[in-house]
Parts: sequence; C-alpha cells; structure tokens
Amino acid sequence: MPAVIPEDSVGIVEPQKIEFTEPLQLQCGRVLQRYHLMVETYGELNEARSNAILICHALSGNHHVAGYHSMDDKKPGWWDSAIGPGKAIDTNKFFVIGLNNLGGCHGSSGPNQINPETEKPYGPDFPIVTVNDWVESQARLADYFGISQFAAVVGGSLGGMQALQWSINYPDRLRHCMVIAAAPKLSAQNIAFNEVARQAISQDPQFHHGHYYEEDEVPRVGLMLARMLGHITYLSDDGMRSKFGRELRSGQISYDFTPQFEVESYLRYQGERFSTAFDANTYLLMTKALDYFDPASESGTELPSVLKQAKAKFMVISFTTDWRFSPERSREIVDALVEADKQVSYAEIEAAQGHDAFLIPIPRYLDLFSAYMQRVEADTPELQNKESI
Amino acid sequence: MRADLELIKDWVEPGKRVLDLCCGDGELLNYLQNEKQASGYGLEIGPDNITACVRKGVNVIEKDIEEGLASIKDNTFDTVIMTQAIQIMMRPDEIVDEMLRIGKECIVTFPNFGHWRARGYLAFRGKMPVSKFLPYTWYNTPNTHFCTFKDFERLCVERNIYIMERTVVDNEHQHRWWIHLWPNMLGEIAIYRITK
Repeated sequence: MPAVIPEDSVGIVEPQKIEFTEPLQLQCGRVLQRYHLMVETYGELNEARSNAILICHALSGNHHVAGYHSMDDKKPGWWDSAIGPGKAIDTNKFFVIGLNNLGGCHGSSGPNQINPETEKPYGPDFPIVTVNDWVESQARLADYFGISQFAAVVGGSLGGMQALQWSINYPDRLRHCMVIAAAPKLSAQNIAFNEVARQAISQDPQFHHGHYYEEDEVPRVGLMLARMLGHITYLSDDGMRSKFGRELRSGQISYDFTPQFEVESYLRYQGERFSTAFDANTYLLMTKALDYFDPASESGTELPSVLKQAKAKFMVISFTTDWRFSPERSREIVDALVEADKQVSYAEIEAAQGHDAFLIPIPRYLDLFSAYMQRVEADTPELQNKESI
Repeated sequence: MRADLELIKDWVEPGKRVLDLCCGDGELLNYLQNEKQASGYGLEIGPDNITACVRKGVNVIEKDIEEGLASIKDNTFDTVIMTQAIQIMMRPDEIVDEMLRIGKECIVTFPNFGHWRARGYLAFRGKMPVSKFLPYTWYNTPNTHFCTFKDFERLCVERNIYIMERTVVDNEHQHRWWIHLWPNMLGEIAIYRITK
C-alpha cells in the first residue's frame, strides 16, 4: 500500500470499459459480433490528438500499466517504472493508452466474460485471437479516441510483437515503434515451452475441457505448473544463481520431497499466486497468439520485404541474459530493418534479470528509453509549440 | 566539430546512405543528416555514446565490429566511414575488405606511426612512442595495429584498392603546406577515401 502516492506516479487511476458493436473479422475465420475492451489512460490527449502512445502488453499483462487503483493496492501497474510525470514516457506530455487485449482475463472480451449470444461465459469457445486481431482491435480503439496516428506504439515481449505488427499493418498510423525484448517469430524451443504449459493446464482434471466455470472449479495446479515453467524462462541462470543459489529454507537438508531450496518455494509461491489471479483459458489463448506470430511467413515473404512497407522509426532493445527472446532474435529484426532501409536504433542492455529485465528500472535502460522518447517528442510538432509558449 | 570530421564531411555527397563504424556520440552523422540529408546508421558499443546518439536523433546500432559485418549485404551503403579506429581492430585488412564490400566507397582515418616524432622517440629513446596524441604505453594501448601511410598504401596496392583522395594533417588537424612535401614523415593523421 502506498502511504502517499509518489510524485512521479500517475496516481489513482480508473479503468474504463469500451464497447464495440461493429463485427470484428478474426484471422481464424470467425467473427466477434460485438466485444468490449478494458482500457486505462494517463495524461491528456492534446487538441491535435497527436501525442498518444499505445502500450501493448505481454502474455500476462493487462490494461493496468501505471498508477494505483486504490490506496490499498500493494503494487502499482506493471510498467509504472517507465510511465508517469517526468518518467521515460512522460505523462505531462503524452497521452498513454493501456488496454487488456481481446481474449484476456482482466475485463476485456475473453473466455471468462459472458458471451452475449449464449449469456454464459465463453470459456473454450472464445475464438483463437492473433497478434493481427489485436492490432485490428487496437486500431478501432484508436478510432474511438479519434487518434489517426500514434506518436509511438510501445511494447515488450509479446507486446513488442504487437508494436512490430502495427508498423506493418498500419504504416501511416504510428510515427515511432519501440520493440523491446521481442522476436520476429517464436523458435521451436519457444513453442515447445508453450506446449508444455498448455499441456499442464489442459491435463489438469479440474480443467473440464475449458468449462471449469460451470463446475465452479479452477485448474489451479495446471496453471501453477504453467507459470512455474514460464517463470524459469523469464529469469536467467545467472540471475537465479545470485538470487537463490542453493540456499535452504531451514538451513539443512531434510531428505524428503518438501520444498527445501529457496528457489523451489519461490517458484511455488509465484505459481500459486498466479493460479488465483489468471484465467487458464486465457493462458492457452495467449500462448497460441505467441506461437502463431510470424509476420514474414504470413505474407509469404522474408522479414525485410514485409518491413519495406513500414514508415515508422524504430527503437529495438534487448537484454544480455534474456534467453527467452535473446539479443540474437532482436538483431534479426534490426538486420531486417537495415536491409529494408528503415530508420532504426538498437541497444543491448547489460542485465542479469533475463527476459524480466524489460520491466525492471535498470538505469541504462531507462536513460535510453527517455532519450528515445525525447526523439518521439521532437517528432510531435504540437509538443514543440507547447514548450516555446 | 572534431577537426578530422570537419575535413571528411566534404567527401560525403548530399543524400547518400552512410554507415559510420565506431560512430562515438554521433557528431558526424548528425551533421551529415542535417546538412547533407544523408541517411544511415552508426555502429557503436559504448553505452553512453549510444544514448547520446539516440538523444540526437542519430540512428545507432549496438554492434561490435570485431564480430564481423556479415549480416550486412553487399553494397548496402554509399559511404562507409571509420575514423581513428582501424588501428584498434584485430585485423585491419579484413575490416577494410568488409567496408569495401558493404559500401561503394570508404573513408578511413588513422594516426600515422611514421611521423617524425614517433620515429625520433623510438630511434633516440629506444622506447615505444608515448605522447599527448598517443598517450598509451605498449602494454595497455588499444592501438594494436599501428601503421604508417606507406604501410596503408601498400595494403591498398596488394588488395587492388583504389585511392580516390587522401590528405594528411597535423595533430591539430590543420593542413600545412609543408606536410605535403614529405607526408609520411610530417603528417600525423591520414585521411583516405578509397574504393574497389
């Protein structure tokens, strides 16, 4: 609980639910007749509607990007370190939009929401959504706010993939594209980890083929295992060694199967916490969206060719110990952008925290982030005028 | 602007696609972008330099040149520039070859080890030259591959590299008429414009 709201926080924020009634054609062939998105915004949209930044979330993220919902909140939004007054994404200058993606479990249309056609939860019947579908729904969200062009679309991990897809699908609707700790497509190893996570969930007896809401049960064990596995891939070997080493909880080995090493109890805690806060069907959907992401193959071409159509300027960032989406994967994006003759900058941040590093306020990372945002500001004429007045 | 950059900026024609290897804080690229409508990138490994480039609006890519430039296709750039860095490379000859593969022409600058002061230092003191301009001692210098103008030009002949233009300046980056009488003895910094 924050005793007082920090000065560089966006403060107490309130999500809003926005309804869309125009049918949305999905990549899988199905149509969502109507849907809603949970959204949070910070800062003010200027008159020219030119200062908007879209934040795309990763696998387990949501619309609550910064600030607090109440004074009882233990933690602020998931990217509070980067967003707020005077922070890298300065809400005194920019209008920031965070949303929960379609298929999510934090209030946007998704498996745990009521299907208006059946008046029951969608459950496993919620259609498979892809990064393309998310970009389409986000474009409609931009229309709702009257934003024809974002100053920047920003995301880390799966969020970075959405930002990249934005630059391809809507070249004229963003000036800057920030792709952090992402990849141009998943590797076989990435997909393999996702499949183990999905199996853990779907083999849980309480999963009931996804209809667990009706049974008033939750596949807690499956979700916990999925998260424990995922969490290992978010950390680095070095990071785990320095954080846990081989530390024992009680100081001595007990020669049984209770959790004795610190790392065991940490993973169990993380897994259990997640299993009560996240939806199993959503986890399945999000991992599928990751697996399917492949903008080059979708267009039947190579990455440089598909990026030819992009008009945004790019900032690509990776972290040295990230092995989920390693620096090599970011370099693939950068090489393709260079070959496509696009404006791109790239930095590889020294960090021990693995994939998780993109959410951590590492000084060099935040400096670079701020420096790039100054460039975004410089490309937003209305923000220039404001300063000269 | 750093004086050697001042000299080479005139060798880049307007609107060209430029790659600056070891671009530092992006000063040259910033100038070329603003004054010559050049596009392109700098390669750099120093974190502070990278942030400085980004702040200026110069496209910078974190990349260690020693790991190779293989990911860049042939003739991607009009001009590839490397200032005051060739002598710190593991294999200067390979870097020059790579620069000429990815660029149509290249600009290279390096300190001349054949300068009379360096020669005198070694001849009379019997020690590796240390000066204000070359402040390192032999065991901690990053400059592992010093060469003279003659050495560089010999490399160019061996590799069929055509020297389009060259100039020599003193350590204040000033052209002095007398340097040109005996450049390998009197010039401290060499600036070459080369192509295949």
